[in-house]
Amino acid sequence: MSAAGRASEARAGWAMSSPALAAIMLFFVLPAIASLFLSFTDFDIYALADIGNLRFVGLANYARLIENPLFWKAMTNTLLFVAAGTPFIVALSLFAAMLVNSRWLKWRPVWRVALFAPYVTTLVATAVVWRYLLHTRYGLINYLLSFFGVPPIDWLGDPHASLPAILIFVGWKTFGYNMIIFLAALQTVPRELDEAARIDGAGWFTRLRHVTLPAIAPTVLLVSVLTVAGMFQLFAEPYVMTQGGPAQSTVTILYFMYEEGFKWWNLGSGAAVAFLLFLCILAVTLVQLRLAKRSGAI
Amino acid sequence: MSLRRWSVTLLAALVALVTIAPLLWMVSVSFMARGEAAQFPPPLWPASPTLENYRLLFGTFGVGRFLLNSVLISTLATGLALLFTIPAGYAFAKLRFKGRDAIFRMLVAALVVPGQVGMLPLFLELKAMGLVNSYAGALVPWLAGIFGIFLVRQYCLSIPDEMLEAARIDGASEGQILRRIVLPILTPIIVTLAIYVFLSSWNDFMWPLIILSDQDLVTLPVALAVNSRQNVQDYEIMMAGAVVTTLPVLILFLALQRYYLSGLLTGSVKG
Repeated sequence: MSAAGRASEARAGWAMSSPALAAIMLFFVLPAIASLFLSFTDFDIYALADIGNLRFVGLANYARLIENPLFWKAMTNTLLFVAAGTPFIVALSLFAAMLVNSRWLKWRPVWRVALFAPYVTTLVATAVVWRYLLHTRYGLINYLLSFFGVPPIDWLGDPHASLPAILIFVGWKTFGYNMIIFLAALQTVPRELDEAARIDGAGWFTRLRHVTLPAIAPTVLLVSVLTVAGMFQLFAEPYVMTQGGPAQSTVTILYFMYEEGFKWWNLGSGAAVAFLLFLCILAVTLVQLRLAKRSGAI
Repeated sequence: MSLRRWSVTLLAALVALVTIAPLLWMVSVSFMARGEAAQFPPPLWPASPTLENYRLLFGTFGVGRFLLNSVLISTLATGLALLFTIPAGYAFAKLRFKGRDAIFRMLVAALVVPGQVGMLPLFLELKAMGLVNSYAGALVPWLAGIFGIFLVRQYCLSIPDEMLEAARIDGASEGQILRRIVLPILTPIIVTLAIYVFLSSWNDFMWPLIILSDQDLVTLPVALAVNSRQNVQDYEIMMAGAVVTTLPVLILFLALQRYYLSGLLTGSVKG
C-alpha cells in the first residue's frame, strides 16, 4: 500500500476512535484517578459550597475509616456476600446450564429464555417484588415453607436471615446470564467423551468431576471472576430491600460509600472507600487468576 | 429413553416455573384491590381484577412522567453509545494507527475497574460542568462504554482485509468504507449492543439516583425505589409500579431474545 494510503488509514483510525477515547478519558479514567486524590482531602459540604475550604489531609480519611465500626461491618458483610454468594451462584448457574444442555431435553429454547428472563428485569422492580415475596406474614415463600413444617422466618428483619435472603434474590436475578456463558462452554465438550465415561460405568457426579469440569475450567474461572465483581457491587438490593438493616447486617461497601458521599457529603472519605473497594476487587481477581494458573485451568 | 426424556423436560419445566413465578405473581397482585394482598394465605389470583392501581399510578403518582424520562434517557443513551463505540471498535480491529494495540490493551485492563470507583469525582466534575440534575448528566457514563468497543472489535476481526483493500483501490474513503461496507456486516452485533445498552440504561439505578434529584427528571427505577421505602404497606400499588418499570424491557427482550443471546455469546466466549 502507498504511504499516502497508510497515512489516511491512520488518520481515519484516530478520527474514529478519538471521540470514544476522549469520553473514556473524561468520564471514566479521570474520575477514577481523581478518586485517589480526593481521598487525601477533607472534601465535605463546606468544600462543596466553597472550594477554598478544601484541605489536604494525607491519610486521615483512611485512619478514620479504620476506626469506624460501620466501615468494618460493611467490609465483613461484603466479604460474606463474596464468600457465600460466589460458590452458590456459580453452582446454581452450572446446574441450570447442564439441565438446559441435557440431550434428553425437549423445547430447549423455551427453557433457556425463561431461565434468562430474571436477568433482564429491572433490579429495583424485582427487589420490590422479592421484598414482598419474603414478607414474614403475607409472603409466598414462608407460605410454601409452611407446607414443610417450617415456622415463619423473618427474612428481612432477622440479622441472621437477611444476608441469605438477599443472596437468594441475587442468585435468582443473575444465574441466567452465567448459565448462557456455561452453555456455550458445555457445547464444546464432546458428547462422546461423556458417553464413553458413562459406558464405563461412571456415575453422574464422577462424570461431572472428571469429564465436564476439567473441560470447562476456564469458563468456571471467568464466571467466578464476574460473580465476585458483582458481589462487591451490591447496592440497590440493600437500598430497596433492607436499607442496610436489620442491625446493619446488609450494609455493603457501596451502600456505605453512597451514604458517606451523598447522604453525609463526606466526599473525601467516600472516595477513600471507593479506592479500597477497587483494591479489594483487584486483589481477589489476582488471587483467582493465580489459583487458576497453579491448577492449570488457564 | 422416553421416560428419561420426559423426566428431564419435567424438571426443566419445574425450574422454569419457579424462576418466573415471582414475575407472574407481580403481575397478578398488581390487579388486586387495595389491601387484598395483605392476607394469609397469600392469594394467587385477584378475586375481581381491577385496573385501579394503574389508574392511581398514572393519575395521582404521575408515573407517566417517569416513564417518559426512562424512555428518553434509554433511547438517547443507546443512540449515543452506538455513535461512539461502533467507529471506535472498527478502528481498533481494522485500521492500523500508531499506539493502537497499546491503547487497546489498556482499555481491556480498565474493564477490571468498576465504574463506581470514580462516581464521587464524576459527580463533582459534572457539577462543575453544570450537568448535575439534567438528562445530559445521566447520559454521560454511556459514552464511555469499553465493553461495547470490545464487543464491536471482536466482531470486526472476522471481516476479511481483502474486502477493505479492494474498496480502497476502488477509491472509497475510509468513512465510506465504514458506512457502506462495514456497517451492513455489523448489523447483528449492532442490534445486540443496542439491546444491551437500552436494557442496562433502563435498569440502571445508582448513577441516576445520584445525578437526578429533580422530581421531573427521575427515571422509573429511582422513583420506584424512593417510593418503596416510604409506602411499604401498599403491596398492590408497589407491584403495579414494578410491572410498569420492568415490563417494557421484559417485552423488548422477549421480542429480540434471539439476537441478544447469540450476540452476548460472541462477546463473552470469543473474548
